[in-house]
Amino acid sequence: MENFNIFIRSIFIDNMVFAYFLGMCSFLAVSKSVKTAFGLGVAVTFMLCITLPINYLLQVYVLQPGALAWLGPDYAGVDLSFLSLIMFIAVIASMTQLVEMVVEKYSPSLYAQLGIFLPLIAVNCAILGGSLFMQQRYDSWTIGTAFCSGAGWGLGWLLAITAIAAIRERLEQYSHIPKPLRGIGITFILTALMGIAFMSFLGIKI
Amino acid sequence: MAEKINLKSVLFNPFSKNNPVIVQVLGICSVLAVTAKLAPALVMGLSVIAVLAFSNVIISLLRSTIPTSIRIIVQLVIVAGLVVIVDQLLKAYAYDVSKQLSVFIGLIITNCILMGRLEAFAMGNKPWPAFLDGVGNGVGYAIILVITGFFRELLGSGTLFGIQVVPQWCYDHGYSNNGLMILPPMALVVVACIIWAHRSRNKDLQE
Repeated sequence: MENFNIFIRSIFIDNMVFAYFLGMCSFLAVSKSVKTAFGLGVAVTFMLCITLPINYLLQVYVLQPGALAWLGPDYAGVDLSFLSLIMFIAVIASMTQLVEMVVEKYSPSLYAQLGIFLPLIAVNCAILGGSLFMQQRYDSWTIGTAFCSGAGWGLGWLLAITAIAAIRERLEQYSHIPKPLRGIGITFILTALMGIAFMSFLGIKI
Repeated sequence: MAEKINLKSVLFNPFSKNNPVIVQVLGICSVLAVTAKLAPALVMGLSVIAVLAFSNVIISLLRSTIPTSIRIIVQLVIVAGLVVIVDQLLKAYAYDVSKQLSVFIGLIITNCILMGRLEAFAMGNKPWPAFLDGVGNGVGYAIILVITGFFRELLGSGTLFGIQVVPQWCYDHGYSNNGLMILPPMALVVVACIIWAHRSRNKDLQE
Protein backbone atom coordinates (compact mmCIF):
# COMPACT_ATOMS: atom_id res chain seq x y z
CA MET A 1 0.00 0.00 0.00
CA GLU A 2 2.80 2.36 0.95
CA ASN A 3 4.36 1.95 -2.48
CA PHE A 4 1.07 2.52 -4.24
CA ASN A 5 0.61 5.77 -2.34
CA ILE A 6 4.07 6.90 -3.38
CA PHE A 7 3.26 5.96 -6.97
CA ILE A 8 0.11 8.11 -6.98
CA ARG A 9 1.87 10.92 -5.17
CA SER A 10 4.69 10.94 -7.69
CA ILE A 11 2.23 11.31 -10.55
CA PHE A 12 0.13 14.16 -9.21
CA ILE A 13 1.49 15.85 -6.11
CA ASP A 14 5.21 15.54 -6.82
CA ASN A 15 4.71 15.94 -10.56
CA MET A 16 8.15 16.37 -12.18
CA VAL A 17 7.08 19.13 -14.53
CA PHE A 18 4.55 21.12 -12.56
CA ALA A 19 5.83 20.73 -9.02
CA TYR A 20 9.60 20.53 -9.53
CA PHE A 21 9.90 22.05 -13.01
CA LEU A 22 12.37 19.45 -14.17
CA GLY A 23 12.73 18.14 -17.70
CA MET A 24 11.59 21.52 -18.97
CA CYS A 25 13.89 21.77 -21.97
CA SER A 26 12.61 18.75 -23.84
CA PHE A 27 9.15 19.48 -22.44
CA LEU A 28 9.13 22.82 -24.26
CA ALA A 29 11.00 21.68 -27.35
CA VAL A 30 9.15 18.45 -28.18
CA SER A 31 5.59 19.43 -27.27
CA LYS A 32 4.54 20.65 -30.71
CA SER A 33 2.53 17.52 -31.60
CA VAL A 34 0.80 14.96 -29.42
CA LYS A 35 2.29 11.96 -31.19
CA THR A 36 5.95 12.80 -30.69
CA ALA A 37 5.25 14.13 -27.19
CA PHE A 38 3.71 10.79 -26.25
CA GLY A 39 6.71 8.91 -27.69
CA LEU A 40 9.17 10.93 -25.65
CA GLY A 41 7.00 10.54 -22.56
CA VAL A 42 7.03 6.75 -22.90
CA ALA A 43 10.80 6.76 -23.32
CA VAL A 44 11.29 8.93 -20.23
CA THR A 45 8.99 6.74 -18.14
CA PHE A 46 10.90 3.66 -19.23
CA MET A 47 14.28 5.18 -18.36
CA LEU A 48 13.10 6.38 -14.95
CA CYS A 49 11.78 2.89 -14.17
CA ILE A 50 15.19 1.40 -14.96
CA THR A 51 17.64 3.99 -13.64
CA LEU A 52 15.95 4.77 -10.32
CA PRO A 53 16.20 1.22 -8.88
CA ILE A 54 19.77 0.87 -10.18
CA ASN A 55 20.83 4.16 -8.65
CA TYR A 56 19.03 3.21 -5.45
CA LEU A 57 21.12 0.04 -5.20
CA LEU A 58 24.27 2.04 -5.95
CA GLN A 59 23.38 4.55 -3.26
CA VAL A 60 22.72 1.90 -0.61
CA TYR A 61 25.55 -0.51 -1.35
CA VAL A 62 28.30 1.75 -2.68
CA LEU A 63 27.81 5.45 -2.13
CA GLN A 64 26.30 6.15 1.28
CA PRO A 65 28.67 6.71 4.20
CA GLY A 66 29.78 3.34 5.53
CA ALA A 67 28.11 1.54 2.65
CA LEU A 68 31.19 -0.48 1.80
CA ALA A 69 31.06 -2.34 5.13
CA TRP A 70 30.06 -5.51 3.26
CA LEU A 71 33.55 -5.62 1.71
CA GLY A 72 35.08 -6.04 5.16
CA PRO A 73 35.61 -3.98 8.31
CA ASP A 74 38.48 -2.03 6.75
CA TYR A 75 36.11 -0.33 4.33
CA ALA A 76 33.44 0.62 6.86
CA GLY A 77 34.72 4.17 7.24
CA VAL A 78 34.76 5.00 3.54
CA ASP A 79 32.41 7.75 2.39
CA LEU A 80 32.01 7.91 -1.37
CA SER A 81 29.00 10.22 -1.45
CA PHE A 82 30.92 12.93 -3.31
CA LEU A 83 31.08 10.55 -6.27
CA SER A 84 27.31 10.21 -6.52
CA LEU A 85 26.79 12.75 -9.31
CA ILE A 86 29.32 11.09 -11.59
CA MET A 87 28.03 7.59 -10.79
CA PHE A 88 24.40 8.54 -11.38
CA ILE A 89 25.04 10.28 -14.67
CA ALA A 90 27.26 7.44 -15.84
CA VAL A 91 24.48 4.94 -15.09
CA ILE A 92 21.94 7.09 -16.90
CA ALA A 93 24.13 7.70 -19.95
CA SER A 94 25.16 4.08 -20.29
CA MET A 95 21.63 2.77 -19.72
CA THR A 96 20.41 5.12 -22.43
CA GLN A 97 23.01 3.75 -24.80
CA LEU A 98 22.19 0.18 -23.78
CA VAL A 99 18.44 0.58 -24.12
CA GLU A 100 18.99 2.16 -27.51
CA MET A 101 20.96 -0.87 -28.69
CA VAL A 102 18.51 -3.42 -27.22
CA VAL A 103 15.47 -1.71 -28.67
CA GLU A 104 17.15 -1.40 -32.03
CA LYS A 105 17.91 -5.12 -32.10
CA TYR A 106 14.63 -6.55 -30.83
CA SER A 107 11.96 -4.07 -31.78
CA PRO A 108 12.84 -2.05 -34.87
CA SER A 109 9.36 -0.55 -35.06
CA LEU A 110 9.58 0.85 -31.54
CA TYR A 111 13.09 2.02 -32.33
CA ALA A 112 11.82 3.88 -35.36
CA GLN A 113 9.32 5.64 -33.13
CA LEU A 114 11.60 6.41 -30.23
CA GLY A 115 14.87 6.60 -32.17
CA ILE A 116 15.64 10.29 -32.06
CA PHE A 117 14.40 10.70 -28.49
CA LEU A 118 16.58 8.13 -26.82
CA PRO A 119 19.82 10.15 -26.93
CA LEU A 120 17.88 13.22 -25.77
CA ILE A 121 16.87 11.39 -22.64
CA ALA A 122 20.38 11.20 -21.24
CA VAL A 123 20.27 14.95 -20.72
CA ASN A 124 16.67 15.15 -19.58
CA CYS A 125 16.96 16.63 -16.11
CA ALA A 126 13.85 14.78 -14.93
CA ILE A 127 15.87 11.55 -14.94
CA LEU A 128 18.90 12.79 -13.04
CA GLY A 129 16.53 14.81 -10.86
CA GLY A 130 14.69 11.62 -9.94
CA SER A 131 17.92 10.01 -8.80
CA LEU A 132 18.94 13.08 -6.80
CA PHE A 133 15.57 13.23 -5.02
CA MET A 134 15.97 9.54 -4.30
CA GLN A 135 19.31 10.33 -2.68
CA GLN A 136 17.63 12.78 -0.31
CA ARG A 137 14.93 10.34 0.80
CA TYR A 138 16.38 6.84 0.37
CA ASP A 139 16.50 6.10 4.12
CA SER A 140 12.93 4.87 4.33
CA TRP A 141 12.86 3.31 0.88
CA THR A 142 13.09 -0.19 -0.51
CA ILE A 143 13.88 -1.12 -4.10
CA GLY A 144 10.13 -1.44 -4.72
CA THR A 145 9.61 2.13 -3.60
CA ALA A 146 12.36 3.26 -5.94
CA PHE A 147 10.66 1.51 -8.86
CA CYS A 148 7.22 2.86 -7.96
CA SER A 149 8.32 6.45 -7.63
CA GLY A 150 10.30 6.13 -10.87
CA ALA A 151 7.19 4.86 -12.65
CA GLY A 152 5.06 7.56 -11.04
CA TRP A 153 7.42 10.39 -11.97
CA GLY A 154 7.65 9.04 -15.49
CA LEU A 155 3.89 8.78 -15.90
CA GLY A 156 3.44 12.24 -14.43
CA TRP A 157 5.89 13.62 -16.98
CA LEU A 158 4.11 11.73 -19.75
CA LEU A 159 0.78 13.17 -18.62
CA ALA A 160 2.16 16.69 -18.51
CA ILE A 161 3.84 16.65 -21.93
CA THR A 162 0.85 15.04 -23.64
CA ALA A 163 -1.53 17.56 -22.10
CA ILE A 164 0.54 20.57 -23.10
CA ALA A 165 1.05 19.19 -26.61
CA ALA A 166 -2.71 18.78 -27.03
CA ILE A 167 -3.31 22.35 -25.89
CA ARG A 168 -0.60 23.71 -28.17
CA GLU A 169 -2.03 21.89 -31.20
CA ARG A 170 -5.40 23.58 -30.67
CA LEU A 171 -3.84 26.91 -29.83
CA GLU A 172 -1.98 27.14 -33.13
CA GLN A 173 -5.23 26.85 -35.05
CA TYR A 174 -7.83 28.75 -33.13
CA SER A 175 -6.29 31.57 -31.16
CA HIS A 176 -5.06 35.04 -31.89
CA ILE A 177 -1.87 35.56 -29.93
CA PRO A 178 0.25 38.74 -30.08
CA LYS A 179 3.09 38.13 -32.55
CA PRO A 180 6.08 38.40 -30.19
CA LEU A 181 4.44 35.96 -27.78
CA ARG A 182 3.75 33.25 -30.35
CA GLY A 183 5.42 29.89 -30.06
CA ILE A 184 7.66 29.68 -27.05
CA GLY A 185 6.33 32.67 -25.13
CA ILE A 186 2.74 31.49 -24.88
CA THR A 187 3.94 27.98 -24.03
CA PHE A 188 5.72 29.38 -20.97
CA ILE A 189 2.55 31.08 -19.78
CA LEU A 190 0.50 27.95 -20.47
CA THR A 191 2.90 25.86 -18.45
CA ALA A 192 2.71 28.37 -15.62
CA LEU A 193 -1.08 28.21 -15.57
CA MET A 194 -1.04 24.42 -15.60
CA GLY A 195 1.53 24.48 -12.81
CA ILE A 196 -0.73 26.66 -10.69
CA ALA A 197 -3.59 24.27 -11.40
CA PHE A 198 -1.48 21.31 -10.32
CA MET A 199 -0.69 23.09 -7.06
CA SER A 200 -4.19 22.31 -5.93
CA PHE A 201 -3.02 18.71 -5.52
CA LEU A 202 -0.60 19.87 -2.83
CA GLY A 203 -3.32 19.88 -0.20
CA ILE A 204 -4.09 16.19 -0.68
CA LYS A 205 -2.62 13.91 1.96
CA ILE A 206 -2.00 10.29 1.01
CA MET B 1 37.37 25.61 -40.00
CA ALA B 2 38.90 27.59 -42.82
CA GLU B 3 36.64 30.58 -42.25
CA LYS B 4 37.75 33.02 -39.61
CA ILE B 5 35.50 33.10 -36.59
CA ASN B 6 34.53 36.52 -35.41
CA LEU B 7 35.64 36.31 -31.78
CA LYS B 8 33.71 39.39 -30.78
CA SER B 9 30.40 38.04 -32.03
CA VAL B 10 31.15 34.67 -30.43
CA LEU B 11 31.43 36.42 -27.09
CA PHE B 12 28.64 38.99 -27.38
CA ASN B 13 25.93 37.34 -29.50
CA PRO B 14 24.67 35.09 -26.71
CA PHE B 15 24.02 38.13 -24.50
CA SER B 16 20.92 39.07 -26.43
CA LYS B 17 20.52 38.08 -30.08
CA ASN B 18 21.28 34.41 -29.53
CA ASN B 19 20.55 34.18 -25.82
CA PRO B 20 20.66 30.57 -24.62
CA VAL B 21 17.54 30.87 -22.45
CA ILE B 22 15.10 33.03 -24.34
CA VAL B 23 16.15 32.32 -27.93
CA GLN B 24 17.67 28.83 -27.94
CA VAL B 25 15.30 27.76 -25.11
CA LEU B 26 17.93 25.79 -23.21
CA GLY B 27 18.42 25.36 -19.47
CA ILE B 28 14.93 26.38 -18.41
CA CYS B 29 14.63 24.11 -15.38
CA SER B 30 17.18 25.89 -13.25
CA VAL B 31 15.84 29.31 -14.25
CA LEU B 32 12.56 28.37 -12.65
CA ALA B 33 13.91 26.74 -9.57
CA VAL B 34 16.63 29.04 -8.29
CA THR B 35 15.29 32.51 -9.04
CA ALA B 36 12.95 33.05 -6.08
CA LYS B 37 15.77 35.06 -4.48
CA LEU B 38 18.49 37.10 -6.12
CA ALA B 39 21.49 35.67 -4.23
CA PRO B 40 21.09 32.00 -5.26
CA ALA B 41 20.31 33.15 -8.80
CA LEU B 42 23.63 35.01 -8.93
CA VAL B 43 25.59 32.08 -7.48
CA MET B 44 23.94 29.68 -9.91
CA GLY B 45 24.77 32.01 -12.82
CA LEU B 46 28.42 32.21 -11.78
CA SER B 47 28.63 28.43 -11.34
CA VAL B 48 27.24 27.85 -14.81
CA ILE B 49 29.64 30.40 -16.35
CA ALA B 50 32.59 28.61 -14.73
CA VAL B 51 31.48 25.08 -15.65
CA LEU B 52 30.50 26.06 -19.18
CA ALA B 53 33.74 27.91 -19.95
CA PHE B 54 36.01 25.16 -18.64
CA SER B 55 34.08 22.22 -20.09
CA ASN B 56 34.07 23.99 -23.45
CA VAL B 57 37.85 24.36 -23.28
CA ILE B 58 38.43 20.75 -22.21
CA ILE B 59 36.14 19.30 -24.87
CA SER B 60 37.69 21.56 -27.44
CA LEU B 61 41.18 20.33 -26.52
CA LEU B 62 40.02 16.72 -26.73
CA ARG B 63 37.81 17.17 -29.75
CA SER B 64 39.95 15.21 -32.20
CA THR B 65 40.58 12.29 -29.81
CA ILE B 66 37.01 11.56 -28.65
CA PRO B 67 35.38 8.75 -30.66
CA THR B 68 31.99 9.98 -31.86
CA SER B 69 30.10 6.88 -30.72
CA ILE B 70 30.77 7.48 -27.02
CA ARG B 71 31.08 11.25 -27.06
CA ILE B 72 27.93 11.84 -25.00
CA ILE B 73 29.26 9.78 -22.12
CA VAL B 74 32.67 11.49 -22.33
CA GLN B 75 31.06 14.92 -22.35
CA LEU B 76 28.80 14.08 -19.43
CA VAL B 77 31.66 12.73 -17.35
CA ILE B 78 33.82 15.81 -17.95
CA VAL B 79 30.93 18.10 -17.08
CA ALA B 80 30.08 15.99 -14.03
CA GLY B 81 33.68 16.22 -12.81
CA LEU B 82 33.62 20.01 -13.05
CA VAL B 83 30.22 20.20 -11.37
CA VAL B 84 31.46 18.10 -8.45
CA ILE B 85 34.32 20.59 -7.99
CA VAL B 86 31.88 23.53 -7.99
CA ASP B 87 29.56 21.68 -5.62
CA GLN B 88 32.31 20.94 -3.12
CA LEU B 89 33.63 24.52 -3.34
CA LEU B 90 30.17 25.92 -2.63
CA LYS B 91 29.68 23.55 0.29
CA ALA B 92 32.99 24.74 1.73
CA TYR B 93 32.68 28.50 1.20
CA ALA B 94 28.97 29.30 0.77
CA TYR B 95 27.14 26.64 2.73
CA ASP B 96 23.82 28.49 3.12
CA VAL B 97 23.49 29.19 -0.58
CA SER B 98 24.47 25.64 -1.46
CA LYS B 99 21.69 24.38 0.86
CA GLN B 100 19.17 26.57 -0.98
CA LEU B 101 20.33 25.38 -4.39
CA SER B 102 20.21 21.72 -3.22
CA VAL B 103 19.91 19.39 -6.19
CA PHE B 104 20.12 22.14 -8.75
CA ILE B 105 23.91 22.38 -8.64
CA GLY B 106 23.93 18.69 -9.51
CA LEU B 107 21.46 19.34 -12.26
CA ILE B 108 23.93 21.70 -13.97
CA ILE B 109 25.21 18.45 -15.50
CA THR B 110 22.01 17.95 -17.39
CA ASN B 111 21.56 21.63 -18.07
CA CYS B 112 20.96 21.52 -21.78
CA ILE B 113 22.99 24.70 -22.31
CA LEU B 114 26.09 22.67 -21.57
CA MET B 115 25.35 19.79 -23.91
CA GLY B 116 24.07 22.18 -26.53
CA ARG B 117 27.20 24.32 -26.54
CA LEU B 118 29.54 21.34 -26.32
CA GLU B 119 27.86 19.67 -29.28
CA ALA B 120 27.32 22.77 -31.35
CA PHE B 121 30.49 24.71 -30.71
CA ALA B 122 33.25 23.09 -28.69
CA MET B 123 33.37 19.91 -30.79
CA GLY B 124 34.33 21.93 -33.86
CA ASN B 125 36.38 24.86 -32.64
CA LYS B 126 39.74 25.75 -31.11
CA PRO B 127 40.04 26.23 -27.32
CA TRP B 128 40.16 30.05 -27.28
CA PRO B 129 36.94 30.64 -29.26
CA ALA B 130 35.36 27.79 -27.30
CA PHE B 131 36.30 29.54 -24.05
CA LEU B 132 34.77 32.81 -25.27
CA ASP B 133 31.64 30.97 -26.40
CA GLY B 134 31.34 29.35 -22.98
CA VAL B 135 31.72 32.66 -21.16
CA GLY B 136 29.30 34.38 -23.55
CA ASN B 137 26.58 31.79 -23.18
CA GLY B 138 27.12 31.54 -19.44
CA VAL B 139 26.74 35.31 -19.09
CA GLY B 140 23.65 35.27 -21.33
CA TYR B 141 22.16 32.65 -19.02
CA ALA B 142 23.16 34.56 -15.90
CA ILE B 143 21.58 37.77 -17.24
CA ILE B 144 18.19 36.09 -17.54
CA LEU B 145 18.59 34.48 -14.11
CA VAL B 146 19.39 37.80 -12.48
CA ILE B 147 16.56 39.71 -14.21
CA THR B 148 14.05 37.01 -13.23
CA GLY B 149 15.44 36.80 -9.70
CA PHE B 150 15.31 40.61 -9.38
CA PHE B 151 11.61 40.84 -10.20
CA ARG B 152 10.62 37.78 -8.21
CA GLU B 153 12.42 38.85 -5.06
CA LEU B 154 11.32 42.48 -5.36
CA LEU B 155 7.64 41.71 -5.90
CA GLY B 156 7.50 38.53 -3.86
CA SER B 157 9.43 39.45 -0.73
CA GLY B 158 10.00 43.19 -1.07
CA THR B 159 13.74 42.63 -0.64
CA LEU B 160 16.88 42.52 -2.79
CA PHE B 161 19.77 40.28 -1.68
CA GLY B 162 17.78 39.91 1.54
CA ILE B 163 17.81 43.67 2.27
CA GLN B 164 14.44 45.35 2.65
CA VAL B 165 13.89 47.77 -0.26
CA VAL B 166 10.14 48.33 -0.18
CA PRO B 167 9.81 50.97 2.57
CA GLN B 168 7.65 50.37 5.61
CA TRP B 169 5.18 53.18 4.83
CA CYS B 170 4.11 51.28 1.71
CA TYR B 171 3.02 48.39 3.88
CA ASP B 172 1.36 50.83 6.27
CA HIS B 173 -0.76 52.11 3.40
CA GLY B 174 -1.97 48.69 2.38
CA TYR B 175 0.75 47.39 0.03
CA SER B 176 1.50 43.71 0.50
CA ASN B 177 3.97 41.28 -1.00
CA ASN B 178 2.70 39.09 -3.80
CA GLY B 179 3.17 35.58 -2.43
CA LEU B 180 2.51 34.10 -5.86
CA MET B 181 5.83 35.47 -7.14
CA ILE B 182 7.71 33.12 -4.81
CA LEU B 183 6.16 30.07 -6.46
CA PRO B 184 7.96 28.50 -9.44
CA PRO B 185 5.15 29.01 -12.00
CA MET B 186 5.59 32.77 -11.79
CA ALA B 187 9.17 32.39 -12.99
CA LEU B 188 7.69 31.05 -16.22
CA VAL B 189 5.48 34.10 -16.52
CA VAL B 190 8.39 36.48 -15.84
CA VAL B 191 10.50 34.71 -18.47
CA ALA B 192 7.57 34.82 -20.88
CA CYS B 193 7.39 38.59 -20.35
CA ILE B 194 11.13 38.88 -21.00
CA ILE B 195 10.64 36.90 -24.22
CA TRP B 196 7.74 39.15 -25.16
CA ALA B 197 9.77 42.32 -24.64
CA HIS B 198 12.81 40.84 -26.37
CA ARG B 199 10.91 39.67 -29.44
CA SER B 200 9.05 42.94 -29.77
CA ARG B 201 12.43 44.59 -30.22
CA ASN B 202 13.99 41.86 -32.40
CA LYS B 203 11.28 41.29 -35.00
CA ASP B 204 13.29 38.68 -36.92
CA LEU B 205 12.94 36.25 -34.01
CA GLN B 206 9.14 36.20 -34.10
CA GLU B 207 7.46 33.01 -35.21
